[in-house]
Amino acid sequence: MADHKECKHSPVEITRRQALQGLVAGLGVLALPASDASASVWEAFFQKHFRELSKEELAKTLARMGSEYSDEFGKEITVKATPAIEGVRYGYGLDLSRCVGCRRCVYACVEENNQSHDPQIHWIRVVQLDKEKGTALEYAEHYYNPELVPEKGHFYMPIQCQQCDNPPCTKVCPVQATWPEKDGIVVVDYNWCIGCRYCMAACPYGARHFNWAKGKLPAENMNTDTHYLGNRPRPKGVVEKCTFCIQRTREQPGRYPACEEICPVGARKFGNLLDPDGEMRYLIENKRVFILKEELNTQPKFYYFYAT
Amino acid sequence: MKNIWSFFMGTLLLVSKGSKAYYIWVGTLLTIAAFGIMGYIYQLDQGLVVTAMKDQVSWGFYISNFTFLVGVAAAAVLLIIPAYVYHWKPIKEIAVLGELLAISAICMCLMFVTADLGRPERFWHLIPKVGLLNFPQSLLSWDVVVLNIYLFLNLTIAGYILYETYYKRTPNKNFLTPLLLLSIPAAISIHTVTAFLYNGLGARPFWNASILAPRFLASAFCSGPAFMILIFLLIRNYTKFKIKDEAIHKIAELIAYAMFVNLLLFGAEVFKEYYTDSVHLAPLKYLLQGLHGHSALVPWIWTALIFNVTAFFIFLIPESRKNPLTLVLGCIMIFAGVYIEKGMGLVIPGFIPDVLHEIYEYTPTGIEIIISMGIWSLGLLIFTMLLRVGIPILNGDFHVADDGVGSHIGDQLFLVGRQVKDVEDDEKLE
Repeated sequence: MADHKECKHSPVEITRRQALQGLVAGLGVLALPASDASASVWEAFFQKHFRELSKEELAKTLARMGSEYSDEFGKEITVKATPAIEGVRYGYGLDLSRCVGCRRCVYACVEENNQSHDPQIHWIRVVQLDKEKGTALEYAEHYYNPELVPEKGHFYMPIQCQQCDNPPCTKVCPVQATWPEKDGIVVVDYNWCIGCRYCMAACPYGARHFNWAKGKLPAENMNTDTHYLGNRPRPKGVVEKCTFCIQRTREQPGRYPACEEICPVGARKFGNLLDPDGEMRYLIENKRVFILKEELNTQPKFYYFYAT
Repeated sequence: MKNIWSFFMGTLLLVSKGSKAYYIWVGTLLTIAAFGIMGYIYQLDQGLVVTAMKDQVSWGFYISNFTFLVGVAAAAVLLIIPAYVYHWKPIKEIAVLGELLAISAICMCLMFVTADLGRPERFWHLIPKVGLLNFPQSLLSWDVVVLNIYLFLNLTIAGYILYETYYKRTPNKNFLTPLLLLSIPAAISIHTVTAFLYNGLGARPFWNASILAPRFLASAFCSGPAFMILIFLLIRNYTKFKIKDEAIHKIAELIAYAMFVNLLLFGAEVFKEYYTDSVHLAPLKYLLQGLHGHSALVPWIWTALIFNVTAFFIFLIPESRKNPLTLVLGCIMIFAGVYIEKGMGLVIPGFIPDVLHEIYEYTPTGIEIIISMGIWSLGLLIFTMLLRVGIPILNGDFHVADDGVGSHIGDQLFLVGRQVKDVEDDEKLE
């Protein structure tokens, strides 16, 4: 009995997967010309879930993607999978009294994270609000476009993924293609997502974006430093979102997210929530802080505050 | 095993035979399906950008059709309860047809969901053990499970009854009854789970109302049976199959009760939102009145409401539900009314205004409509094929030949001219 139990798990799974592989590969021979490109297509097709990949498999996958992307964009592109740093949970602060609504963060994000230029995908949405009406989003102006910002009587609120501690989006995913990492960043495995968009219906912040077509990104705009769970080029038909610039912030020494770095008025703050002497803890403890849609109990790690 | 094979070969032979009308009907469905498939290939190549969906309205016509069809599938249970729980003979004779409709509707549901996927080739990620089904956390994974169980149950029940009848045997009650009883909660569960799929999202106040699942069930018990009555009328007019008036009138009566509950629940929802007058009124206001000048759904939902109320009275009053003309009119109104209300009328306002209160008005593109028509055609084709086999078997026109190997086909035509006279004669006899 003990023997039976031991060997029960993996052989069954392998044979099933192999059976499926055999079937689809058989069909594939009919459909696709046998070439190196198609071999790589099949490897991608049968790739396991990111969290099920062994160390060797992950290394192979990253190398395969790196060479694929390098060919596609005609320059050397690396794909890494830097894991979460122990003892770190990221938090973000946004000073509404400083933000001038210039949208530099929106475009710095596109530049850093290789979003598609056509159709255009933005991970950050800045809305213009009325000082008289406050933060009520019903009165938000999404497509404000004056010569000069800020406009009199208005203030601005950038909205991006709130990196919830109780994320409604990951709960609903039918295939576990999206999950919160140990450092609190909610990520998507673009090679596992089936594109059902249930997470987009579940997100209260409009933070998730779908690749309605194969994204177009000029090679000169392509950031070559990429992360598997972050800014590597996305295939069509999958969901993507802000990752707090996972390819920057997980490095040691780390870098700030691109949106934080570009902000001309210093409205954006970023840091480790677990560091008692850190900037994030200081502002949460000393400023008037609020979180967006608190009543939904999503527990965002994105804090809006008024410093002045 | 040999028997199953010869039964299968017999059905293949059977579906290839039919009258001119049958060939024209099947040919039409195949033609539309071909256009649908071409549209789908185009969509696969280009991506879902060929639809009118956007990040703001991320589900559209496909998921609307899916939601409606889950209701149609669930409605088979409305025949099973009187037939097998109360052993009411007139409906028992036609209960199998309800199961065949359920099978076809579930197939359409699966096709609509597939059409909506960004990466349909990764469907295997949903298979437990092979992929990573997020069960029990995701309600969508629940839906995958219950829809497949319900499909399997109906295939087994209907297939078993027809198979045994073909071989001139009486179906084994000890095998059949538990499955039939199980199919009742299964039918309710597919609709409840589909409602919960929307219901559980705090981000979308329009769906996040606990009345949603009961509303789903009530409307399902209107639309599914209404569609079945229409099919029954067609079947008894154009095939040799006989369906008693009292069966149809009983179903029409049940529809009246279901529609009353449906309208009551909708009214409760409207009252709550309008009287409270909170921010959460916006989607309902968009649906019923239009919001900030955007009102694409308004004429549709009012049409649906007028249809539903009119049909309710038609089915409530015995004279009008027994009148063949108003009966047909009522069924069409309910089918159209619930199609609007439970389809686009339910899905789209969930996204308008979106979570950041932006308004993007959605109207399906030509491609979405072509693909959807293709799926409806394929579904009707499946239903036609199932009826082509099922009806002759139930009539005793298709059974195993005397040699015990081949099959006897007594009904070469299937679709024939109007059979009204026969039915009227029968009524006089009764």
